[in-house]
Amino acid sequence: MKAILALADGTVFEGQQFGATGETVGEVVFNTSMTGYQEVLTDPSYKGQIVTMTYPLIGNYGCNEVDIESIGPQVEGFVVREYSAYHSNWRSQWSLDTYLAENNIIGIQNIDTRALTRRLRVHGVMNGCLATEDTDGDLDAASLVEKAQAWHGLVGWDLVQRVTCPDPYAWNQHPSSSNGLHSEDSTPPVNNKFRVVAMDFGIKYNILRQLTKHGCEVQVVPAKTKAEEILAANPDGVFLSNGPGDPMPLDYAIKTIQELLGKKPVFGICLGHQLLGLALGGKTYKLKFGHRGANQPVKHLETDQVEITSQNHGFCVDIDSLPNTVDITHINLNDNTLEGIQHREYPAFSVQYHPEASPGPHDASYLFSRFMQMMEDI
Amino acid sequence: MPKRTDIEKILIIGSGAIIIGQACEFDYSGTQACKALKEEGYQIVLVNSNPATIMTDPDFADRTYVEPITPDTVELVIEKERPDALLPTLGGQTALNVSVALAESGVLDKYDVELIGAKLPAIQKAEDRALFKQAMEKIGLDVPKSGIAHTTQEAIALVDEIGFPAIIRPAFTLGGTGGGIAYNIEEYQKMVATGLALSPINELLIEESIIGWKEFELEVMRDGADNVVIICSIENVDPMGVHTGDSITVAPIQTLTDKEYQEMRDSAIKIIREIGVDTGGSNIQFAVDPKTGKQVVIEMNPRVSRSSALASKATGFPIAKIAAKLAVGYNLDEIPNDITAETPACFEPTIDYVVVKIPRWAFEKFQGTDETLTTQMKSVGEAMSIGGTFKEALQKGLRSLETGWYGFDNHPLEELPLSELSSKLTIPNVERIFYIKSALKRGMSIDDIYSYTHIDPFFLYNLQEIVDFEKILGTPHTQLFTENGKSDAERTSLLRQAKQFGFSDRQLAEIYDISETQVRETRKTLGIEATFKTVDTCAAEFEAETPYYYSTCSSEDEVRPTDKEKIMILGGGPNRIGQGIEFDYCCVHAAMALKTDGYETIMVNSNPETVSTDYDTSDRLYFEPLTCEDVLNIYDKEKPIGVIVQFGGQTPLNLAMALKDAGVPIIGTSPEDIARSENRQLFKEVLDEIGLMQPPNGTATSSKEAVPIAASLGYPVIVRPSFVLGGRAMQIVYDEKLLQEYMDSAVQASPEHPVLIDKYLEEAIEVDVDAISDGHLTVIGGIMEHIEEAGVHSGDSDCVLPPYTLVDEQIDQLKEYTYALAKALNVRGLMNVQYAIKNDEIFVLEVNPRASRTVPFVSKAIGVPLAKLAARVMAGKTLDELRFTNEIEPSYFSVKAPVFPFNRFPGANSRLGPEMKSTGEVMGIDDDVSRAFAKAQKACGYTLPLKGNAFISVRNKDKRSVIFIAKKLTDMGFELIATHGTAKVLLRNGMDVQLVYSIGKGRPTIHDYIKNHAVDLIINTPTGDLHRTNELLIRQMAIENDIPIFSTIPGAAAAVNAIDALQSGEISVTPLQDYHK
Repeated sequence: MKAILALADGTVFEGQQFGATGETVGEVVFNTSMTGYQEVLTDPSYKGQIVTMTYPLIGNYGCNEVDIESIGPQVEGFVVREYSAYHSNWRSQWSLDTYLAENNIIGIQNIDTRALTRRLRVHGVMNGCLATEDTDGDLDAASLVEKAQAWHGLVGWDLVQRVTCPDPYAWNQHPSSSNGLHSEDSTPPVNNKFRVVAMDFGIKYNILRQLTKHGCEVQVVPAKTKAEEILAANPDGVFLSNGPGDPMPLDYAIKTIQELLGKKPVFGICLGHQLLGLALGGKTYKLKFGHRGANQPVKHLETDQVEITSQNHGFCVDIDSLPNTVDITHINLNDNTLEGIQHREYPAFSVQYHPEASPGPHDASYLFSRFMQMMEDI
Repeated sequence: MPKRTDIEKILIIGSGAIIIGQACEFDYSGTQACKALKEEGYQIVLVNSNPATIMTDPDFADRTYVEPITPDTVELVIEKERPDALLPTLGGQTALNVSVALAESGVLDKYDVELIGAKLPAIQKAEDRALFKQAMEKIGLDVPKSGIAHTTQEAIALVDEIGFPAIIRPAFTLGGTGGGIAYNIEEYQKMVATGLALSPINELLIEESIIGWKEFELEVMRDGADNVVIICSIENVDPMGVHTGDSITVAPIQTLTDKEYQEMRDSAIKIIREIGVDTGGSNIQFAVDPKTGKQVVIEMNPRVSRSSALASKATGFPIAKIAAKLAVGYNLDEIPNDITAETPACFEPTIDYVVVKIPRWAFEKFQGTDETLTTQMKSVGEAMSIGGTFKEALQKGLRSLETGWYGFDNHPLEELPLSELSSKLTIPNVERIFYIKSALKRGMSIDDIYSYTHIDPFFLYNLQEIVDFEKILGTPHTQLFTENGKSDAERTSLLRQAKQFGFSDRQLAEIYDISETQVRETRKTLGIEATFKTVDTCAAEFEAETPYYYSTCSSEDEVRPTDKEKIMILGGGPNRIGQGIEFDYCCVHAAMALKTDGYETIMVNSNPETVSTDYDTSDRLYFEPLTCEDVLNIYDKEKPIGVIVQFGGQTPLNLAMALKDAGVPIIGTSPEDIARSENRQLFKEVLDEIGLMQPPNGTATSSKEAVPIAASLGYPVIVRPSFVLGGRAMQIVYDEKLLQEYMDSAVQASPEHPVLIDKYLEEAIEVDVDAISDGHLTVIGGIMEHIEEAGVHSGDSDCVLPPYTLVDEQIDQLKEYTYALAKALNVRGLMNVQYAIKNDEIFVLEVNPRASRTVPFVSKAIGVPLAKLAARVMAGKTLDELRFTNEIEPSYFSVKAPVFPFNRFPGANSRLGPEMKSTGEVMGIDDDVSRAFAKAQKACGYTLPLKGNAFISVRNKDKRSVIFIAKKLTDMGFELIATHGTAKVLLRNGMDVQLVYSIGKGRPTIHDYIKNHAVDLIINTPTGDLHRTNELLIRQMAIENDIPIFSTIPGAAAAVNAIDALQSGEISVTPLQDYHK
């Protein structure tokens, strides 16, 4: 079945549908990871976005019930050069087509994804509309372009409300908590040494798995949970999760963080890092086309070591906006943007990238140990 | 860390002659290293015996030693040059082994030379099986179970632990002879007994069988600050059991989830740290159980490898260059990524295309050997292709091979009975991929094919898609090329899909039974053009500065041609016997020279091992198959003012006419003149016109015609098909029966493909002449006198420059003939002529108005870059302007010696003849011709003995000439051993001889002597086909035991003189820069 991806600048890519049918709008972004499409699909940080994979063959190893980062696929649409109908891997349970269809995600294949990526790199990410033929075989490119142009976009929109958990829950009761990664699970977890509250702005399961593995008993709470509620539980530390979209409209979260600072050790990842930056008085801005992939070099300024990191963000904390109470700990070697901060007095630190990986390299998993150390030291 | 200032002079060791498993990729890595370190201001001392390498061009190092890569010679270089450091990791296994030997023997300590890149303990840990196993266990990684056995009891004990099936590998047997897989104890005991008997050191390696597991490779780099990055991941299409060099491979990995890939990545990082490679690149191989995902470590190369070259070309990340910079102290984040210019080299390349590598074999030259692909590499070259999908890349790769396939074609034996087909699928072989197509076409299921091949179903499914689509194309109503059938839109859509699936115009032409030109024209009318994309290391995340392109059928073309004057150079494609590094060398020189003259240079090639496919060799690099379609696509895009076809060997020459017909401006000698030199009749006219002689000859289009022609010429005759390179299927036949056999089985003669029959000039001296002409003036580059008589392919002969037995009159005559030929053929550029001198008469054997295999050798011998000059001549300069008008006769001797791959092909006839069988060559230089010969022999791996036992067995006609050789050997203190006939002659001439029996006629035989390590030198000339098996056995044993063997009287004489020279004094080493002064 024919499908079209129309961009707000009028560019139209025509291809074939896979997964679900219908119509969707979102911000069109590209991810350069060569593996890990299922983790990408299920990462809540992609809420509101139509994701293009730059690697051309997708679906090769199918999908399974383990490699998920949230309850199911979160992207608005999925764009690939060639979808592989055949899936081959010893863990594969479903084809990607089935997986997307069952989760009502539209996929388009057989378009020049490199041309699309170059367009996004040169002109910046833009809104797009992805649609498949209707029952009459009609699909009007011009109207799709209009829909893309009409869409409000991510800036200023609180997308967290679409992905945060409705009620608090204990991670060790969650069905996905037992789904280990066979490689990382070779070392037995330390037994619940610390009690951590994780603020869920769209948290990835692997963060929770990592926290557990490092010895935390994790209580996941909705994004709007107030500081006093968290403090009432008297946790050893608070974790600020990743999540989708623009951090600026999340004033409730910023306020909560401000109230927690200095009282409890705080560790933030991705959106959590941006919120910590805002809470500390910094500013955020939107990157032209963001960082999405598994090969981003980040320098750890304390050790001068370089970590190859997994990243997924379109917004960024302005490195010059931070007060002098904040130390810059990590920078991105590709474009020298801010990747990590630590407060000089309070036990609080955060990174823009994803030490929990999934998908991506495990180079930065030491940051979880550092959080444990911080809680230990208090 | 910034670069080190405590070292100034660095020794780099190359990899020597091109052999199977060690080809141009180490010229690519060594050249990058030399460039990178010179750029940093270090003095470079280089040792490499291979003259055809770019790295041994005198301007790539400060001191270039074209000397044997052996510990004693390299020690001489160290003694003379006193380098501060030795970089051992860029010259393949050869350089690594020599470096280890020098470190272990204390030479490096003695001269205070530091190993940089990898230290001795790290190399030992990676190379020693037991130490490696221990290291892996220490970091919690699995390796296949294995152990060493010297007795049956030890072997039985081992298999209890390892279990069945078990692999038995006897140590040091030729091509792994005597090994196998045992599935039960009875089979095992039998194999152990045979293996122990066959192994010269009675040693067996017993391994757990993981045949059929998936095989993967990671290219890892580490810097001095312990940053580790993965440059490229590779998945082998052929599962474990086939050497990775013989596997079709794909980059990146296709069938692992991120979880599994990251587990492998974590392991690789742990391994490089545990082994302790300080800086640089390593290649790590893993196997994965397809049923459980269990990963085991197979091996690690603590150096750059063939896969590193592939990874560099596949990603655009220059591994060798970066490895060199890391070795002198830089960290990854201090080195910029050349391709993006803005981002650092400390990252992991990500690619947005699919890369396929396909090996190319040469079994047709080694008939009689088992053609099964095993864990020992047998391919001689490889092609790499880049496409938007696996299907496109695979089909491009198959046509890049230049073996007659134009993609995923139909196998001629499609109708094989099922039992035979299944065995072709089960037992890995050269054409397995095409047998898979036969199976798919017959409707065999992917599951069934998987059960035979263990090739991942993902790949099989992709193959199935190609087959299914081809079926759609093949149905009668799918008329793509006639206007009365489908609408333009439907035709466009189908044709576009065909191109997206990688179908070549040629394949489509065959499906529709029309001409390739017709396909091309229709395709262009419908607006379907190849689009070019950039290899940029980053999947378009950053803008690429480096113009490195591939084609794919998609919507956007990224190439923006400049309006500069451009010249396009067509490379030589995958290495094969007869066409390899020498031609790449010429192409690289053309690019360098034309760049200096202000042209924009465009390189087209499909061989990932080469220097020509480095992104900084030319201004623009197109990594594409060398077929008419692909070259025309680039031509249409770039519109160069000239295309050079005479440097890349036969590959571009074969395209010359078609390109010219399509309007492409070929520069240099015209395709018509090239054709004149290759067409028997036209060439005869040329020779008649200038009054030169050819050996008497004739042309036959059938075996019926051949018999009277041969009879009138008189036997022996040389027979060959027309238009071949490397003497393919060329033979000397001694009688009518052999001629009949040849005509009936070896070639399919027809009016289109006639067979050429030449009178064989026995015992003639063969001479090669390389010359350059600008259309007016012709200057001789070098005259090379072959040591072996005419009849041995020039690529397989030792040769000497300048001639060592020719007199001035003969040399002058050769020059005059060469000038006349250049004039008659309107040569512009390079020309090679082969002459035979018999009874003072000079015969022209062959003229090749193009770059020859000897151009790099001659250039190094005379200190003039002939290929560069030729390229500039082709672009319009005169030799006068280039100041090359005087011929150079060096005061020293350069000897070129071939290196053969017989140790990989047990059972194959290893006798030398008119069909080329060597894979590479070395050069020995010395003031004295005998010492130069000795050096060349040593560089080939044959250290001439200074004392010991010489075995002599020669055919009757050589018995006179061998007397002096034998006498000289006894004078020098050798003991003689001979077979009956030869012994009698030697005895009569007053020499002491130990008699051995011919094999099968009594004991002891030479076989017994060799087994007892009582033979140090063998002189054995062939007696015709009668004793073929005996000779073959002797040669094979000599190869197995590394005993120098000479099969011609002139070769033996040269060897004996060389031994004499060696006895009278140690050899010395001198850099090219001093010779060229």
